[in-house]
Amino acid sequence: MSGHHDVSYLAPKDGFWQTVWSWAFTVDHKKIGVMYLVAVLSAFLLGGLAAMAVRLELWSPTMTDPKTGLVTGQLLTKDLFFGFLGDNVTPNNIYNRAFSLHGTVMVFLFIIPSIPAALGNIFLPIMLGAKDVAFPKLNLFSWYIYLFGGTFAVSALLMGGVETGWTFYTPYSTTTSWGGVTAMVLGAFILGFSSILTGMNFIATVHKLRVPGMGWFDMPLFVWAIYATAIIQVLATPVLAITLMMLAFERMFHIGIFDPALGGDPVLFQHFFWFYSHPAVYIMILPGFGIASEVISVHCHKKIFGYRAIAFSSIAIAAISFLVWGHHLFTSETPAANAVFSALTFLVAVPTAIKVFNWIATMYKSSISLNTPMLYAMSFLFCFTIGGLTGPPLATLATDIMLHDTYFVVAHFHYVMMGGTVLMFIGGLHHWWPKMFGKMYNEAGAMLGCVLVFIGFNLTFMTQFFLGTQGMPRRYATYIDEFTFLHQLSTVGSLILGIGLFVHLFVFIASLMGDSKAPRNPWGGLTFEWEADSPPVEHNFPHEPVIVHGPYDYHTTTPPHCDPNEYPVPSKDELGDAH
Amino acid sequence: MTTIPDNTPAKLDPHEAYVHGHHWRTADDEASAAKLGMWLFLATEVLMFSGFFCAYAAFRMMYEGNWVAASDHYLDWRIGGFNTIVLLLSSFTVVMAIRCAQQNRQGLLMFNLWITQLCAATFLILKVWLEYLPKLRLGEKPGALFHYVPHGDYIAGAHDHIFLSVYWIATATHGFHVLVGMFVFAWIMLRARKRHFGPNHYTALENVGLYWHLVDVIWIFLFPLLYLA
Ligand code: HEM
Ligand SMILES: [Cu+2]
Repeated sequence: MSGHHDVSYLAPKDGFWQTVWSWAFTVDHKKIGVMYLVAVLSAFLLGGLAAMAVRLELWSPTMTDPKTGLVTGQLLTKDLFFGFLGDNVTPNNIYNRAFSLHGTVMVFLFIIPSIPAALGNIFLPIMLGAKDVAFPKLNLFSWYIYLFGGTFAVSALLMGGVETGWTFYTPYSTTTSWGGVTAMVLGAFILGFSSILTGMNFIATVHKLRVPGMGWFDMPLFVWAIYATAIIQVLATPVLAITLMMLAFERMFHIGIFDPALGGDPVLFQHFFWFYSHPAVYIMILPGFGIASEVISVHCHKKIFGYRAIAFSSIAIAAISFLVWGHHLFTSETPAANAVFSALTFLVAVPTAIKVFNWIATMYKSSISLNTPMLYAMSFLFCFTIGGLTGPPLATLATDIMLHDTYFVVAHFHYVMMGGTVLMFIGGLHHWWPKMFGKMYNEAGAMLGCVLVFIGFNLTFMTQFFLGTQGMPRRYATYIDEFTFLHQLSTVGSLILGIGLFVHLFVFIASLMGDSKAPRNPWGGLTFEWEADSPPVEHNFPHEPVIVHGPYDYHTTTPPHCDPNEYPVPSKDELGDAH
Repeated sequence: MTTIPDNTPAKLDPHEAYVHGHHWRTADDEASAAKLGMWLFLATEVLMFSGFFCAYAAFRMMYEGNWVAASDHYLDWRIGGFNTIVLLLSSFTVVMAIRCAQQNRQGLLMFNLWITQLCAATFLILKVWLEYLPKLRLGEKPGALFHYVPHGDYIAGAHDHIFLSVYWIATATHGFHVLVGMFVFAWIMLRARKRHFGPNHYTALENVGLYWHLVDVIWIFLFPLLYLA
């Protein structure tokens, strides 16, 4: 290939259709990543609207608000999503469909592809000093599979929807009235293939395309995290595929595998489902860990503490994640299995805690630049730690019997998924925004967004821990009056959260339309992406980069392409040198 | 290593024109990545089929006696056995095809691919003709579709339909893989006719061969579990 050495990958082509064509059939990992980014953010918006519908419905303990006589939530859910269904669905159905829409979109369309397929696609090859991923055409193919599966799933969800939640438990999923479940399940099945192919691509890229001289322990920790994620994607997703396929057959032909009425076993479905979906929660969180490592080290201008411990704990988490799925079945499996799964589940907390301690140790005595990415990293540490620490009470058999299927579980997984992955995803977006689009964003606006998100998030979900311990079960449209205050607090929180997210959207749009050009290395980072132009040229680097320092050697290296006075090299302290 | 470095003088015609992707440093890197990708794909296949094997194990433990009797009655080990031999033969011819590419024996390469296709077709035809169609006629269908038409002195068990469900979905998924294999081999044969494969370059052929061996291996497990239970 020739002639692209100085043209930004975002540069439009000569005509409009040529430009469209250059995106639609691109094999450039950066363009594919940007397309994924737009898609996952749209999914996030859709899932978020459904979440607001759910929260508004829960404003009042009954379905009808006593003061206005309005059917709470139904107003919104019906007009927004299910208006064309007619009146033959009950408010309960609508509530179920709204939270199922929320859960399935957030899990399968947003959070699983979010960091790997968008940011991973863009930065994994650049961080390795490569021109592209190992299989660029396969990458484009995965994108179209994602688009196809996503369209399939969203149409199923909007044209009637499903009432099963994102878990599709049988026999409810095989007996509820209309065919949307089949379509949704096939959509998730197709999305799974996109995930598998992306994972394969990344594994091959990490193995075969590292720049000469870059050993495994010279890789940035984001790469390690995406690598560990990719292993789970490749090894767990096929089991989901086969499970969903059997579920679809169950619905279409009543094959009886999961149907107790036919002698089948619904608990078998739960085992199959969680054999994928527990590892899948680490598909969701590991990339967030990776961003945290990058952001904290770069914005503290300090060598990451315990590089190897962080790298290996990603792999350890990936390995253990395959052995703990039974903790979702404590109320349906045998006591012996329960004991084993409970013990194994506690193990997961160990590598997770190792990471948290390493991040905190990195921040200790460093010179922190308190900007939006760093603020997000600190919010992440706070929220994720709460999410992680509420895992062990759920892993404890006696307490889980009480807490299972209550709002406590809902709060737990939102603290890890939203408070962990999503916060770090937004943090990463700000961290790499100047690199991806060549523009700076408004720091004050973004900080305001971050503060709103932090307050809103904690208000929304902290209340739910209390609701859960007081016995409020999940997935109900109505509740006893005593819960009203906490539920309303949670709804207020979700509004603040929503406003915060729109502030970010606004800041991003303003940045794209504005002209505050980003320098090459705005934060003073040491990984390869900060040596590329902002935005990078078509094949990332004019010349293959040369590796002369480790990714976090702040104690010995002055960051390239930036004013050395702006980023003082911290003095070597014991912690920075510890390994 | 699949390929000889590009600087080897290409005396044999097919491969000299081969140019590796621009993002690779060498053709060797590219070929070994393709191999790695294939092995990962095979891992996903194994895990996907493991779903069937787990379902099999669970129901066999739950309905032990019924399971064995159903296997005995509904499946004829001679058909399954013959098909096993057919698939093994095709795996052998795939290996021979790769060998022929390495030795640049283009005619024999095509011949071996034809035999492979023939074996795959035989497998599928036997499966449909001697198993699926009669089963559909006799109501030996999965799950709720099952309605047993009594014949011989066999009395249907309470969970025959579950056995048949596992049989149908596992063998149909496997059969689908055989069918996909035939299409992929057709593509390989088109390329082979254009002399794309030779001693220096046969990655695609080798990868498809790996896939085919896996399809074979999965059958090697399905056959005893279902037919000889
Ligand atoms: C720190 C270690 C963790 C432990 C010990 C742990 C433990 C548990 C347990 C025992 C449950 C089942 C509760 C029940 O249904 O009764 C659960 C639910 C869940 N966890 Fe965690 N967890 C941990 C971290 C995470 C992480 C990092 C994520 C995702 C990023 C996550 C996501 C979820 C989800 C999505 C559910 C509920 C799924 C559902 O029922 O819809 N967990 N966790
Ligand atoms: Cu879990």
